[in-house]
Amino acid sequence: MPEATPGDSRNGVQIDLISGARMEGLTSMEKIRLILDGVRDGNIVVLEEGLAPDEESKLIEVTMTEISPDEFNGIEIETYPQTGGSSQGILGRIMGKESTKKLTVIGPANQIETLHKDENLISALVSRK
Amino acid sequence: MGLFTDLRDSISRAVDRMFSDAEPKRIGIYGPPNAGKTTLANRIARDWTGDAVGPESHIPHETRRARRKENVEIERDGKSVRIDIVDTPGVTTKVDYKEFLEHDMEKDDAVRRSREATEGVAEAMHWLREDVDGVIYVLDSTEDPFTQVNTMLIGIIESQDLPVLIFANKTDLDDSNVKRIANAFPQHETVPLSALEGNNMDEVYGKIAEYFG
Repeated sequence: MPEATPGDSRNGVQIDLISGARMEGLTSMEKIRLILDGVRDGNIVVLEEGLAPDEESKLIEVTMTEISPDEFNGIEIETYPQTGGSSQGILGRIMGKESTKKLTVIGPANQIETLHKDENLISALVSRK
Repeated sequence: MGLFTDLRDSISRAVDRMFSDAEPKRIGIYGPPNAGKTTLANRIARDWTGDAVGPESHIPHETRRARRKENVEIERDGKSVRIDIVDTPGVTTKVDYKEFLEHDMEKDDAVRRSREATEGVAEAMHWLREDVDGVIYVLDSTEDPFTQVNTMLIGIIESQDLPVLIFANKTDLDDSNVKRIANAFPQHETVPLSALEGNNMDEVYGKIAEYFG
C-alpha cells in the first residue's frame, strides 16, 4: 500500500501517534516543539505516554505565546484522569513510583472537540481545517 | 525558677518576632476564567487591608496581568499570618478573540484583549513554576470541575509540592454543587464560599491561616 504524503492531509486530518520511545530522548522544549509544530499544521497529535506536569505547564505557556488572531487559537488537550492523584506525593517520587504515563490527545482548538471523557475513554470530534 | 521562666519567655518572644518578621508567603490564586478569583482576592484584601486588588467582571479574562497585594495580615485564634496575595489570570489552553465579540466589543478591542489574555496566562504559568509558595485554587461550583485544565493545573501544583486549598466559589447560586468538586479532587480539602456575598469567610480565613501560616 503506498504511503500517503503530507500533502494528502488537505483531504483529511493527519493523526500523529508518537511513541514513548520517540519522546524519551527529547528535551522538554523539543517535545513541546514537536507537539506544537504538528498541531499548528492542523494535525492531531497522540502521545503514548503524555508529558510530565512541568512540561504540561510549559506547553500551556508556549501555546499562549503562539496564539494569533484568525490563525491559531490554541490547543485542545485531553488525557485520562490520573487515578490516585497525589496520594503518592513526595514519597512516591522519592521511591520512583510516580508515573506520568498517560495517553494524551492534542489538537488545534478550532478542529477538535471533546465529546466524552472518563477514566477509560476519550471520545473526540475532529473536523477538517 | 524565675530566671528560667524569664529566659523561656524571652526566647519565646524572640521566636515569635523572628516568625512575624519572616517574609510573607506568596499565595497564588489560580483557577479557570470566571471562577471568581479577583472577587475573592478583593474580598480578602478589603477585609484585612481596606483596599481592592483589581476590577471584577463577568467577561472572561478581565484579569490579564498577575496582581499582587502585599502584606495582607490575617488574624485567626490570636495568631496572625502575613501573606502576599497574587491574583492571576484564568488559565486556559485556548483564547479566541471572537468570544469577546459576543460581549459587545469592537474587533480591535477584542483582539487586544485576547492578546493580553494570552500574555497573562503565560505569566500565570511562570509564576506557578517560580514564584508562589502556596495556591488557592478557585472553582465555580456551578460548573463541572472535571475539565482538562483543572486536572492539569492541580497536577502541576502537586508536582511542585505546593500546599493547595480548593475553594468552591459561588455557593450563593442555585446550581452550586460543592460535593462534585470535593469528589473531583478528594486528595485536597475543599472549602465552600461565596466571595461575592462574603459567605463562609470565617472558615476561609481559618483554612488560609492553617495551610499557609
